Formats: sequence, structure tokens, C-alpha cells
Amino acid sequence: MSFLIYAWNWLRQPAQWHGAGAIPARILEQLGYSGLSLLIAAVIALPLGVAIGHTGRGAFLAVSLTSAWRSVPTLGLLVLLVVVLGFSALTWLVPLVVLGIPPILVNAYEGVAGVDPGLRDAAAGVGMTRWQQVLQVELPVALPLIIVGLRTAAIFVVSTATIAAYIGLGGLGRYIFDGLANNNYGEVAGGAVLVVLLALAVLLLSAIIRRLAVPAGLRAQERRSR
Amino acid sequence: MYLTTRSLKRACAAGLALAAGQALAACGSSASGNPLTPAASKGSVVVGSANFPEDELLAQIYATALAAKGVRVTDQFSIGAREAYYPEIEKGVITIIPEYNGALLTTAVDPSSTAAATAQVDAQLKARLPASLEILNPSPAQDKDSVTVTQAFANRHHLSSIAQLKPFATSMVFGAPPEFKTRADGQAGLRERYGVVFKGFDALDESGPITLKALMDGQVQAADVFTTTPQILTDHLVSLADPKSNFAAQNVIPLVYRKGVNATIVNTLNAISARLTTAGLLEMDKAIVVDHANYSTVATAWLKAEGLPS
Amino acid sequence: MVWSWIPGNLGLIGQLTRQNAYIGIVSAVTGLIIAVPLGIASSRWRWLYPPVLSAANVIYALPSLALFVALIDYTGLSDTTVIIPLTLFSLVVILPNVVDGLRSVPDDVRQAATAMGYGPLRRLAQVELPLAGPVIIAGARVATVSSISLVSVGQLIGVGGLGYLFTDGLDRDFPTEIYLGLILIIVLALACDLLLVLTRRVLTRWQRDGQSGGNAATRLASPAMQAEPPPRAGQVPLRGSVP
Repeated sequence: MSFLIYAWNWLRQPAQWHGAGAIPARILEQLGYSGLSLLIAAVIALPLGVAIGHTGRGAFLAVSLTSAWRSVPTLGLLVLLVVVLGFSALTWLVPLVVLGIPPILVNAYEGVAGVDPGLRDAAAGVGMTRWQQVLQVELPVALPLIIVGLRTAAIFVVSTATIAAYIGLGGLGRYIFDGLANNNYGEVAGGAVLVVLLALAVLLLSAIIRRLAVPAGLRAQERRSR
Repeated sequence: MYLTTRSLKRACAAGLALAAGQALAACGSSASGNPLTPAASKGSVVVGSANFPEDELLAQIYATALAAKGVRVTDQFSIGAREAYYPEIEKGVITIIPEYNGALLTTAVDPSSTAAATAQVDAQLKARLPASLEILNPSPAQDKDSVTVTQAFANRHHLSSIAQLKPFATSMVFGAPPEFKTRADGQAGLRERYGVVFKGFDALDESGPITLKALMDGQVQAADVFTTTPQILTDHLVSLADPKSNFAAQNVIPLVYRKGVNATIVNTLNAISARLTTAGLLEMDKAIVVDHANYSTVATAWLKAEGLPS
Repeated sequence: MVWSWIPGNLGLIGQLTRQNAYIGIVSAVTGLIIAVPLGIASSRWRWLYPPVLSAANVIYALPSLALFVALIDYTGLSDTTVIIPLTLFSLVVILPNVVDGLRSVPDDVRQAATAMGYGPLRRLAQVELPLAGPVIIAGARVATVSSISLVSVGQLIGVGGLGYLFTDGLDRDFPTEIYLGLILIIVLALACDLLLVLTRRVLTRWQRDGQSGGNAATRLASPAMQAEPPPRAGQVPLRGSVP
């Protein structure tokens, strides 16, 4: 409980909310690192996942690789890139992208692969080309699962971007590491609370997106099959 | 074979045995704070260190010498920043940790202190440390803050002292550990004593690889590189002179949990402090950081050379 | 990479690997032990699941470093400080799999078991859990691999197993340590993953054997008797069960 009290006392200070290194700026930085990494991860993982799900080829490889990828420690990757590349955008981008790819890939693959074969036959029967099948039938049906994958990746990335501060970058992690160095537990606690709130905001946002993007029929079907 | 309650029990037993086996294995190593490690038992001390090589080296020196004197030592190295280990030594979970008197005073004990000379700093520490802790004798070796620039930068602007930075500072970004911003001898001290105000401040690490890379890559034009950082030699960096003695003393000093130490321990640590010089420390740092030598090898070699228990 | 560094530092490497394995495995196992009863309760009393899952989602969103730091006050700088948050993460990963696994047991199989005289506890132990087994183990695999990998973040409070090689390698500009840390963590995690795959194979041999082995009730559920394909490996947690 004292953890929350410390955090609250620090967050209450108006000085934290105004100025160059203040909370709004740090939040934007965190979102910046996360957003870009997520975008790149999605651009890589979505087409790949859909392709694997549609053709059925490479599924075993994808699933095994995903297992291996989960074992890569983000801190280690980050540190390795600092030593090898020095300071560049790639130094934080690569670990975050690597982190975001597996959930998006696996969910896209499972979503597309799980499309009812009857639906696929019907689409082919109606005369749709391969592309049309994917874009007009498989993707929409796989959408709920794809959104879950994006959501999981987003939470991983937003939370892990905290570690970027370890190599001197900005973002909310700054409060945790600066607080540790300054012996300021309030700052550490405040920073931690902010990251959690940000992650929860991402959860909320994805729930809203799911409500908007997934057609009511699919949502009902999912509820029934639970 | 199917999942009967009997095979379930067998699987559970196997799992527990595996976990227990791991625990026992961890027991045998001098690992950190594992509840099964006999670290907290009476008659043994825990030597901790902060998370940077020089402190780990100093802790290794303490631990090796104490073990040679027959003290039962458990090490808990590379804990983290002061924020992480200070509460632990206050409670006695850690017994001994190598500290720097100036930094200890301004970060953990009295942030408003402006004491600069060794004697002053130690006096204030003795007066203000919590009752459970005490400092032993300071060593002559100091690892002070500095304002350091690259050779090229120094040559270009003919710099040898912090006083000469005033006209250039407003176009420079300064890199330092986060606490530099708030410490009395940090940004405020530079402003008061030298009229030096930098354009920007980058919070980096404790004169570690991040700071050094930032300085060498030009991300910052000057940085707080601690004076026993071996890269000062290998990268030909220039630490500007501090004629007005802005930076407080940073003597290496053992911080101990009063009830955890006896006369043997105190005498051994004081003997080490007496023989530790800045030059000697810098040499050891170079071996560890640049030549990647073993911490314990370097520690033992130094102890032998100084005629101390090893 | 300076290979010659390794022989002189085997003691350190061994100690770090043992610590990493201990913390990672204990966390995953403890998470499993808590997740199974909790999952059984959640699948039995449906109203329980949405709040439990929401709490799980929230916990999963917490950054591990923040949790470690929050716990220092209570558990100090011990392995426990790292084990508790990692156990929570493992729990969160395995729980949906327990629930999904139990729910995917076909109703007619349950009814058949009841008809054959199985009481609810025996039905759970000998029919439902074995059928949910592969899905649960899939969750356990994810939990174990993630836990072993996340231990390294604990290095930021000094309890990091092989993560020590990262910070020391960075501090001393010594990539060898960093490469070694990466390789060992990945190998350790994948070895545990393989162990769990083998465990699943052994425990569910009835599923592949069909008529031989297994008791009467599970035989009813074997692929030979059902249209349902066997569960897939590598299931991602939190999928499909969004409230």
C-alpha cells in the first residue's frame, strides 16, 4: 500500500506535469517508441501470418519459431545492440519489433487457418479469386483473433518500452531509472503507476476498436461458442 | 499409460523433486538471497556491491580479504542503484558495501549538504547516518565527478579548466547520471561557481558505457566521467580542472551495518582502505573494464601485492 | 566473441544458470499450481471467469520491473522478489488455457462419464483434466519460456540469473558476455519447452494410441471416436476469450 501512497504523492505535484521532461512529454515519447515498433511489427507479421494461415505451409516452422522468439530476453537484445550499434534508432526499435511480432503472427495464422472450410468452399464456389477470398472472407472472419494479437503485442511493447530508458532514452521508464538513481521512491512508484495506466488505456482502446471493427454477427458467434 | 490419480501423484512428486533439486543446487552456490542459502545465519557477513564494475571490484577485494581472515562471507554483487541496496543495508540484510562518502551523503543521507572536503563530508556522515549504520576509515582513493570532454573538443576550444567553458556552455548538451541535476555540486554548483549553464541535460548512467558512448558519438559535448574511469586513458579524454573545488570528495569508504561487524572485520577493511590509492584503483579498473580480466583475479593480485590477507 | 573467456569463468556461468533455472521454473510451476484450481473454479462457476480474466489482463499489463521494485520493500533483494511477479505472469498465461481446455471437453463425453458412474471429482481427474491436458501444457510451455527469459530483467535489481552477463557485458564493453547470456537463456528456455512437449506426449499417449491404453471414458474422446482434430501446439494466451 505504501507503494501507491508514494506514487500518489509524487503524481500530485504540479511540477511533474509542466515543463520539458514532464509527464505528458514522457507519455508521448513512450507512445512514439511503442507505436512505431508496433506498426513495423504488424507490417511484417500480419501478411506473413495470413499467408501461412491461408496456404497452410510453414505453419510448423512459424509456431516453433514463435516459441523460440519468446525465449529471447529483451534486455539482452537491447544491450547487445547498444554495444554493437551504439546509439541509433535501431537500438531500441529492433528489440521492440522482435517482441511484437510473435503474438501478431500466431494470431493472424490461427485466425485465418481457423476459418470454416465451408466458407472457403463457398467463396471459391461463388467465383472469388484467391485474393478476394483472403480479403473479403478470410480476413474479416479472422479479424477478432487478429485484433487480440495486436492487442497482446501492443501491451508487450508499451510495457517493455519502459526498459528503453535503461540506455538513456526517454519515455516513462525514465522515472523508474532516474528515481532509482536519485533515491526517490516516489518517482519510481509514480513512473510504474503511469506505465500501468498507459497499458490499461491500450487495453481499453483495443476493446473499443474490437467493438467497432468486428461485425455484430461475428461477435455473437464468438459469444455463443464460448 | 493414462492419467490416473496415481500417475498424477507421481508427476507431482517428480515436479517437486525437480524444483527441490534446483533449490539444493542453488544452495551449493554462493548465490544471492535465496531463502535456502545460509546467508542470513549468524556469524557470517554479506558483502554487497552496486551495479557497476568498480564497486563490484572493491566488494570482491573486501570479500576475499575477509574470507582469508576466516570470516564467513556471502557475496551479493551487482545489486543495483543505491535506492535498491541502501534500505537493505539499513536493515542489516547486507552487512558491508563499498561506498563513496560524497555520493552517499548527498543521495541517501542529506541531499541539501554542501560539504566538499573529505573531513567535512565524513563528519556530516558520522552525524547523520542512521544508528544502524557506520562508516569506517576513508581511503585516499577517490573516484570524483568531473566535466570531461573529448580531446578534439578540448583542442578546438583550448580548454583545460571548467572556468573556460562559460562562453561555450550555452551551445552544449551535458551528459551525467540523473542525480547530477539535483545535487548541490551538480548543475547548481557549476552555475554558482563557474557561471556555466548548459543548453541541455541528458540523464545517462553512472559514468558507464552509455555516458561514454554518448560523449564519443557527440550526442553530448561534455559529460560527467568519474575520474577513475579507464576510458579516460584509452579514449584520450580530457577531464577539465576544477580550481574552485566544486565537486565534493568521493573517497572510497566501507559502509557497514554496525551489529554485523566485529574488530577483525573492521581492522581488515581499514587496512585495505589505508593502502588503496586513486592510481591503484585506476589501474585495476583498466584491467577489469578494458582487458576484461576476472574480478577475483585482479582483487587477489592487488591484495597480494599490498601485503594484505588474500 | 572471445571463446577463451568461458573456461576460466565456468563457476560463475554455472551459478548464474542455476539461479536463472531455479527462479524461472519455480515461477512457472507455482503459476501452474495456482492456475489449475482457479481455472477449474472459473469453468464450473461461469460468473467467476470475466472478473478473474479481467484481473489477469491487468496483471499481465504490469511491467515486470515496476513489480520487482514495488516488492523490494516487502521481500528485499531475494529471489522471492522476482519469483512472485513471474508466478503471477505464469498464472495469467496458463489460466485461460485451463478454462478453454476444460470447456472444450465435449458435453457428451462428460455425460458418458457420469453415466458410467464417475463422480464429479473422478470425472475431473480422469476425464476432463486429461482431455484439457494438451491445452494446459501448451500454456505451461509459454509460461516457462517467458519466465526463464524474464528472469534477466531482475538483474536491474541485482537478482537476474544470466541477466548479470548483460549488465556486466555492457559495463565492460564485452560482447562475449552478452552473446553468452543470450545463447544460454535461449537454450535453457527451449530445453524446458522440449521437456514439456515430451511430457505431453507421454501423458497423452492414449490420444494417439486410440483403442489401446486409456480408460473407457477417455477412449470415447479419442480422435478415432470424434470429428474434432487434436489440439494444436503453441497456443497463444488471451486469444478468443476477450470480455
